[in-house]
Amino acid sequence: MMGGARAILRKDLLIELRTKESVPAMVLFSVTVYVLFHFGLDRDSLDGELASGVLWVTLLLAAVIGVSRLFAAEREQGGIDGLLLAPVDRTSLFVAKAAALFLFLTAVELVAVPAFAVLLLGPGLGGALPELLVILALANLGVAAVGALVAALAAETRARELIVPLLLLPLLVPLLIACAQATEPLMRQDAGPEELGRWLGLLSLYDVVFVLLSVAVFDFLLED
Amino acid sequence: MYSKGLVPLAAAAVVTITTALALVFFYAPNDADQGFVQKIFYIHVPMAIVALCGFVAGGVFAIRHLRSGDRSWDMRSYVAIHLSIILGLAVLITGAIWAKASWGHWWLWDEPVLVSFLVVFLLYCVYYPLRFSIEDPDRQARYSSVFAITAGAFVPLNFIAVRLAEKYTHPRVLSQTGGSMPGEMRLTFLVALLGVALLFVTLWKLELTAKHASMQLKRLRNRARVAA
Amino acid sequence: MVEAAIELDNLQRRYGERVALAGVSVRVEEGQTLAVLGGNGAGKTTLLRVLAGLLRPHGGTVRVLGAELPAERWRLPAQVGYVGHEPLLYRELSGRENLRYHARLHGVGDARVEEMLGGVGMAGRADDPVRELSKGLIQRLAAARAVLHDPALLLLDEPRANLDPAAAELLEPLIGRGSGRTRVLVSHDVEGALAEADLSIGLKGGRTAAVGRELYR
Repeated sequence: MMGGARAILRKDLLIELRTKESVPAMVLFSVTVYVLFHFGLDRDSLDGELASGVLWVTLLLAAVIGVSRLFAAEREQGGIDGLLLAPVDRTSLFVAKAAALFLFLTAVELVAVPAFAVLLLGPGLGGALPELLVILALANLGVAAVGALVAALAAETRARELIVPLLLLPLLVPLLIACAQATEPLMRQDAGPEELGRWLGLLSLYDVVFVLLSVAVFDFLLED
Repeated sequence: MYSKGLVPLAAAAVVTITTALALVFFYAPNDADQGFVQKIFYIHVPMAIVALCGFVAGGVFAIRHLRSGDRSWDMRSYVAIHLSIILGLAVLITGAIWAKASWGHWWLWDEPVLVSFLVVFLLYCVYYPLRFSIEDPDRQARYSSVFAITAGAFVPLNFIAVRLAEKYTHPRVLSQTGGSMPGEMRLTFLVALLGVALLFVTLWKLELTAKHASMQLKRLRNRARVAA
Repeated sequence: MVEAAIELDNLQRRYGERVALAGVSVRVEEGQTLAVLGGNGAGKTTLLRVLAGLLRPHGGTVRVLGAELPAERWRLPAQVGYVGHEPLLYRELSGRENLRYHARLHGVGDARVEEMLGGVGMAGRADDPVRELSKGLIQRLAAARAVLHDPALLLLDEPRANLDPAAAELLEPLIGRGSGRTRVLVSHDVEGALAEADLSIGLKGGRTAAVGRELYR
């Protein structure tokens, strides 16, 4: 089973490396949104809950772009028939697409988070970096699972560009709550994790629920 | 098929709601702090509970649809969700009216139930554009069911998250459920809850009957056209 | 009795309330070529997609290569090669990369990819991105993709579209009668299709209108 998933993932990474359409766009979008927040909030530097909120809202909005484009290559080649004709089960397909999204998000964050630290974050990132990395990893997992599901739901819809943000963002609210709350104490002047266990617990719960759910229902999508 | 028991159900709903109204206006005590306006509670909270049950039921019907392939389950799911969305809108509006009348603000962010409801409502509103942008009827039903199940699983997760995030600075305003409710309030509340629930099921059956009939009509017309 | 490659009995397929296939019956033996003819909207492409496992049948019995549809659809992709209206190639990747991707999906080695590229005369342009290739070359790659995993059954929807006679001849041993595979062929070129078919069915309104060889004469 995993051989098929690996082949599909490899293909998606190759196409992204070749076209460079999703990841750079998401990075550019993030930095642009930081600038918008600077002007909108009229602030030079943020800390605590404001910083946490701005960072996570920006990352999730950028994720919408990635999700919209997750099946773009298939659409360009005339549809998902190619995937359906492959001797690959739907679970492998889900794993491949979710893994691709996870990797794209990670790549985006490698630039977008330091950019945030430079442009808007008052206190430095150094203090609580390991904790932040854990939060980012768990968040990416959740966004990848939900994102792959939403991408498949919207893949063949006429109104895809509308449906993806409207569907994805409410579904990400619990994840946003957990991440913003967990990150807030890491972005204070005297940075240090606070109640991290509670928020990581919520994040993990979210991840487990949505990974299991997506795997269970994916079979019913993309088939006729 | 769906209209079995519709008339007695409708009658029961009418009776219960009338009773509830009578109780609300003549039996239940006026709240010491909030006065008469507090009585919105008797419609706001039951509607919220029934709407949430409706969403969950929509998810359960969707599971049955996917497992059996029988599109009538999708119909049941669609109508349950559709009615719950309308009820959800009413919940938000009555919640806002109550908040304004009691506390002077149209909206309260520190009321976790109301806030969770807003998020759930926003999510379920996407059901319509998703469903109706898919043309193939079989696929439409299948994708709608996947949505209903995903959203149904989301509802409890969302409530937990919002509840956890609530800062314990303001007293809980709207949630007088559970806790200590004097006898008269509890009775009125339960009757109101029953009334709203019966009304929901009645409307659900009614809409399913109407849809079923119009689908039969369309099928007969198609058959007549093909035969001609 | 030897099991047929394809056995359809009253195959039905709906599109919502509309009927796409109203009862198609035919039996195709291993190695035979079936030509599917009919006007636009008669259900030819739908039939092909059901045989490919892309669409599930809504009624009747369907056995393809020993697999009972829809329950055993999962068995089909490994044994079926499909050349449809879309080439199913990723435009940003090269011919070689596309074929390698399909090879990995099917557990086939790179040597076979090179063999196919040579077989369709694409060795020279195998590294050009598909979006730079002409329709004829894309069609050749599509054919290569379809037979890469040595399928027992070929489903061909206008396989000679965009091909010049030389290219068509080049592909003959891969997807033509010369391949020895069981084939189902949909084509608007009635004469040509009948010439290379062992049997044919005509579809009208989703129904088998005629079975045989002498349909349009």
